[in-house]
Amino acid sequence: MKPFTYERAATPEQAVSSYAARPGARYLAGGTNLVDLMKLGVERPEHLIDVSGLPLDRVEHTVDGGLRVGAAVRNSDLAAHPAVRRDHPVLSQALLAGASGQLRNAATTGGNLLQRTRCPYFQDTSVPCNKREPGSGCSALHGSHRDMAVLGHSDDCVATHPSDMAVALAALDAEVELLGPEGRRTVPAADFHRLPGDDPHQDTVLRPGELIVSVTVPPPPAGARSAYRKARERASYAFALASVAVVLARAQDGTVRHVALAFGGLAHRPWRARTAEELLTGAPLTTEACSRAVEAELAAARPLSGNAFKVSLARSLAVHMLTALAEGGADGTSPQRA
Amino acid sequence: MNDHEVPAGPEGPQGPGGPDGSAPLTVLGAGVPRLEGWDKTEGSARYAAEWTPPGCAYGRPVPATVARGRITGIDATDALAMEGALAVLTHENAPRITEPDDATLDVLQDEWVPHRGWHVALAVAETPETAQAMAEAVRIEYAEEPHDVRIHDDHPGLYQPDEANGGAAGATSRGDVESELAAAHHTVDVLYAIPPLHNHPMEPHAATAEWTEGPEGARLVAHDSSQGATPVRDTLAALFSLDTARVTVVSEHVGGGFGNKGTPRPHVVLAAMASRHTGRPVKVVLPRRHLPFVTGHRAPTLQRVRLGADAEGRLTAVDHDVVTHTSTVKEFVEQAAVPARTMYASTASRTRHRVAALDVPTPSWMRAPGEAPGMYALEAAMDELAVELGMDPIELRLRNEPDVEPQTGKPFSSRRLADCLREGARLFGWADRDPRPGVRRSGDLLIGTGVAASTYPALLAPSTATAEARDDGTFHVRINATDIGTGARTVLAQVAAEALGVGPQAVRIDIGNSDLPDAPLAGGSSGTASWGWAVHAACTELRTSGSSVATVDTTADVQAREDYARHAFGAVFAEVQADTVTGEVRTRRLLGVFAAGRILNARLARSQFLGGMTMGLGMALTEHSSIDRATGGFVETDLASYHVPSCADVPEQFEAHWLAEEDPHLTPVGGKGIGEIGIVGTAAAFTNALHHATGVRHRTLPHTPDRVGADLRVPAR
Repeated sequence: MKPFTYERAATPEQAVSSYAARPGARYLAGGTNLVDLMKLGVERPEHLIDVSGLPLDRVEHTVDGGLRVGAAVRNSDLAAHPAVRRDHPVLSQALLAGASGQLRNAATTGGNLLQRTRCPYFQDTSVPCNKREPGSGCSALHGSHRDMAVLGHSDDCVATHPSDMAVALAALDAEVELLGPEGRRTVPAADFHRLPGDDPHQDTVLRPGELIVSVTVPPPPAGARSAYRKARERASYAFALASVAVVLARAQDGTVRHVALAFGGLAHRPWRARTAEELLTGAPLTTEACSRAVEAELAAARPLSGNAFKVSLARSLAVHMLTALAEGGADGTSPQRA
Repeated sequence: MNDHEVPAGPEGPQGPGGPDGSAPLTVLGAGVPRLEGWDKTEGSARYAAEWTPPGCAYGRPVPATVARGRITGIDATDALAMEGALAVLTHENAPRITEPDDATLDVLQDEWVPHRGWHVALAVAETPETAQAMAEAVRIEYAEEPHDVRIHDDHPGLYQPDEANGGAAGATSRGDVESELAAAHHTVDVLYAIPPLHNHPMEPHAATAEWTEGPEGARLVAHDSSQGATPVRDTLAALFSLDTARVTVVSEHVGGGFGNKGTPRPHVVLAAMASRHTGRPVKVVLPRRHLPFVTGHRAPTLQRVRLGADAEGRLTAVDHDVVTHTSTVKEFVEQAAVPARTMYASTASRTRHRVAALDVPTPSWMRAPGEAPGMYALEAAMDELAVELGMDPIELRLRNEPDVEPQTGKPFSSRRLADCLREGARLFGWADRDPRPGVRRSGDLLIGTGVAASTYPALLAPSTATAEARDDGTFHVRINATDIGTGARTVLAQVAAEALGVGPQAVRIDIGNSDLPDAPLAGGSSGTASWGWAVHAACTELRTSGSSVATVDTTADVQAREDYARHAFGAVFAEVQADTVTGEVRTRRLLGVFAAGRILNARLARSQFLGGMTMGLGMALTEHSSIDRATGGFVETDLASYHVPSCADVPEQFEAHWLAEEDPHLTPVGGKGIGEIGIVGTAAAFTNALHHATGVRHRTLPHTPDRVGADLRVPAR
């Protein structure tokens, strides 16, 4: 590990100005990912600005009935928050599907959004990786493919974004509030992460020095149900092979009034399924219609040699969750054990 | 099963001792809590990495970044310029060592790189952080050569080894398998595959070595995370040309090993080299990500099993053919075809191993080597044959119980497989099972049950031990046994107490130090039997001789044993659910019944059986490593990506039972060894249950959603 300096910021403004003054600075919150990457030599910051003690650790109600979640709110606290559980089960379920109890106790809302891919080649400094070292090449492109992207990837990067929470936030039309050297701005959660293109070094649309201060979740559409479902090869502490977040509200006549569908584990960012949503909105919610819509969305998939299963898995998950929510049955949790 | 042979339950007999301090009759067998349990709980039990002598320096190995080649240049300038840098050891300046029997220990002796991750340098510094930074700053140039890391069943490098692991014959043949298969009423001819697997004990390999020069010559003391301090001492003495009396190896507490600490590993050699080179004590703690490359793995196997049976389900042919890999460093052949030589009666039988030496890290012992992968294939094939026959799989196994060990013709010292199957069937509710596959649905879930047999040899090695009577009426037992988390320390105290006729509180036991009387390593589920015999004999001699000290060596006793086939047996029952939405397979129930001789501590035995079955669960459902063909390295190198089962994967209905088994042909203590049998057969029980649930045969482990879901999910329109 390379030597670094450390400071504890007192206010968000101070954190941002410190960042601007110190080249090679990084914000540190729960440290569940950044510290690991520092140990591996993937991240080599000169200076750490600890933002975990900033007064950003509260979940507040907004005037319109939504929630403003401070960036330093711990994942386990957010998952357990009564308003989250009541109004946005998809978010609570997504949080609880992530990591382990110990990690959720430490990880923050802002840090969760900014966690890096778990692509093994990204974490191994002895092999090329365009995300870690721009221009060096992509070892995963001809490497082990099973956990890689099927949507939106490029020849420069086939990594996936690992967050569960971010998938739920994308489906909830949440907004990420940023504070930077040039002031405040807001970015939709669904647009916060980017596709790799020819610049996979950039995970997000964050500008240099910008700090996440909060995430705002709008009030749920009237009558909406929501749920998150994640497929993984062990029952806890495993990243998604594929996951789906669904928010659904139906009109009196049973047609779809509002639908939001987002996939995790398939792409370099949470994959908001706009094509499927457009096909479903205003239509009667039949299994047939769900299948058609989800397949239209996944027609864009370009699986690699080892991960075609992700397309059928995502299709199955989405159709199942849409129809189950329509029937009022799905709570989105993993299947019950005996 | 007779009425009086009620299996001891998980709790087992308990007995704190008589009110007058006399020994309870149940001292051996009682669920005595582990003696060092509190020390481990409060953190005062010290592991190898927690010994920090004054002036201790820290070593960090540098792994090779090519899969095959030659080092052509080393530039350590930047590393050595760092504040606190002490040395960079490479093949150019490291102490020369005597060529080891185990070539994986021949580190820093020449410029050849046999596989990715091979240690090519060691950075030594005042702090571990500096050592790591130095290791990253050492620049090494390679002349890379093309590498081959992919085993397949027509690999041109395949050959038939003379011996497989454990000294087993590379191949055996009995009768005419081809004729019997051609004449059989029913046949099964199937191919099973198991990926590379990794041991990943909780405690990474670590050693602190202190080399000192004195008037009597050099002396080396190493605290090492090892399953056997005696073999590590002998190896270090040989490598550094020291008398064994000048070397002490301490392995007082060890955080698991599962085989990959069973042989000396390069980290302790590097630590000793660095201490000798720098004149400082040196600690080397392997990062988790180094473990897959330098501490062994279970080699992948491709196993073809052909079975032939007559109309009544009696086996006429058993053919087990195993293809696997080893490294170019040394030959290690996973002996997966070996259990077929013991399990079932058949008219003809053939078993064969073929291996190719690839540019891969060297495979080694992992969690029941041979038996775990071999019984996966054999017991899954038996299930396929039962389906083919339309016969209950337990009945099929009962019909093929042999009178003697099939390959050798030796009598079994005891064999209660049939009782394990019957008792397991009763406890599991097998009689109510509907044999039809793919018909039990609960919502999105398909549910099924499966059974498989398990076996593990009752191995034994010579050991020494000393027992001493103290003036205060207590006893001091000394033996270089190793407790790798199994509870060996506690069980040996119980063995001593029973032999001495006292309560366990009257016994002090010292283990885990090579200055103690020599003992074999904790491996092959043989530790308790081997050490227990020596402890029992020393204590018995102490009591009968009237002297105050007794030392015994069981070598002659071990060699004089009659020629029996000695194996533990068991039966594992699993209930699984397969999710038709995702292809996720989860465990609903898991139950094992074992006959492993005398059970010496009910509490610790239960933990061993449950732990073994959990490893079997991982082998069946979650664990796999893969080798990247381009880099030649393992892809899954941490505990986030290498999926050992989590607590959430283990079912609430999870039971281990055992049968009372009196076997007069074992040792005076009477146990067969229980460390590994729990894993054996478990993966097959899951595989058979998955077929029962879904109606689809999955033959490649593990049963992950990418494989299982393909047949279950709604097909594309």
